[in-house]
Amino acid sequence: MAAPPHGGRLVNRVARGARAERLAGEANDVPTIELSEVQAYDVANIAHGVYSPLEGFLTENDYVSVLKEGRLSNDLPWTIPVVLDVEQPLARELLGSDVALSLNGVRFAIMNIEDAYVWDKKEMAAKVFGTADPSHPGVQLVMSSKGQVLVGGKVEQFVELPEPFERYRLWPKETRVLFEQLGWRTIAAFQTRNAPHMGHEYIMKSALSFVDGLLINPLVGWKKPGDFRDEAIVTAYEALLNNYFPRQSYVFSVLRMPMRYAGPREAVHHAIVRKNFGATHMIVGRDHAGVEGFYGPYDAWKEFEKYPDLGITPLFLREAFYCSKCGGIVNEKICPHDESYRVRISGTEIRKALLRGEVPPPTMMRPEVARVLLSMRDKLFV
Amino acid sequence: MEGVERERRNRYTTVSIPVPLYERIKSLIAGTGFTSVSQFVTYVLRDIVSEMEKQKVQDAVSEEERKEIVEKLRRLGYL
Ligand SMILES: [Zn+2]
Repeated sequence: MAAPPHGGRLVNRVARGARAERLAGEANDVPTIELSEVQAYDVANIAHGVYSPLEGFLTENDYVSVLKEGRLSNDLPWTIPVVLDVEQPLARELLGSDVALSLNGVRFAIMNIEDAYVWDKKEMAAKVFGTADPSHPGVQLVMSSKGQVLVGGKVEQFVELPEPFERYRLWPKETRVLFEQLGWRTIAAFQTRNAPHMGHEYIMKSALSFVDGLLINPLVGWKKPGDFRDEAIVTAYEALLNNYFPRQSYVFSVLRMPMRYAGPREAVHHAIVRKNFGATHMIVGRDHAGVEGFYGPYDAWKEFEKYPDLGITPLFLREAFYCSKCGGIVNEKICPHDESYRVRISGTEIRKALLRGEVPPPTMMRPEVARVLLSMRDKLFV
Repeated sequence: MEGVERERRNRYTTVSIPVPLYERIKSLIAGTGFTSVSQFVTYVLRDIVSEMEKQKVQDAVSEEERKEIVEKLRRLGYL
């Protein structure tokens, strides 16, 4: 059976039919806050239960508790604050009332402003990212938010937001039914923000060897410059899965959620989110959700020790590499040979090769994957 | 802000356990990552409580909705 949702109940704040019509009408009569894309998709994720048990943006009690304890004020594990910042005069005016939320001028949700509180962006960064260094891409994203005040309160969505990969958009209640239909009792989730290389394939297949199925769930949406673009990730996965994975062994769907590069805390967040999709296990690799130079390679593994009550089992998998003596992709734990036999699977080298228009070595990337990436060469990276 | 201060003070409460059990735990955790009996007890309780809470999970989708979802999953080629 799929993992129970975080907090015991899958949140559903999506209005349909007559109720959606009524809310759309109400939205015309109340003030509107125009959201950024990141904020708007956070609303959609809340409404569809991706962030269960959250029913809205964090109120101050929860915000303080998340920063300090890595838990909501009701003690449930929660590591990444899901917040909405607004300009100060606006917040004061709106406290206690309903507002409409819009993206690109289209109203799509209603929010009740239950709470408005001043935040310290630097403190938030230091607690969540372990650094306030402005060269950290996640810190940059926080620092670029303009509102001095955070508003908390429940949301209800009445119009679906657009999804360029509609064919691959599944919400938690859908993956849960899917896993049930497939008869899967154990599901390992794989989080990614990359086009797949041999190391990713090895890690996914290692996990797959002892669970019923994989949930391959790349993040689409905001990423730092130099990362693969969404189209490249999705197309590359299609090439890999069609050629190298049994059709009945995986579910591939996208999740529109920003990468925050918060390392350990984000690894736990990724696990909670996948638990809501029904995954029972979460693959946590080397430097999960990290960014060059900020976290130790296995810091994220240690973070999970704080959460005996997470409700999803982390699968800690070491970095994979090619060993010419073993004759395949292996890891530290199973290969006894020294460095002279080993070829590191380097994301940087793969990127460089692709930019030069060359196929990366087959020890690093499947030729089918490399070929589709090369065909979109000018549009590969953010 | 006052509310937040109060919230902080209210974060902990006292639960009584037998002194011999306290001593057993104290010697058990010596040299481990646990720095206090309270920390250990909190850890163990969270582990057990979360397991027990699993029994109380509510089903989110109605039969009608399940049918709709299966239909969509078929259309998208997932089933
Ligand atoms: Zn070897």
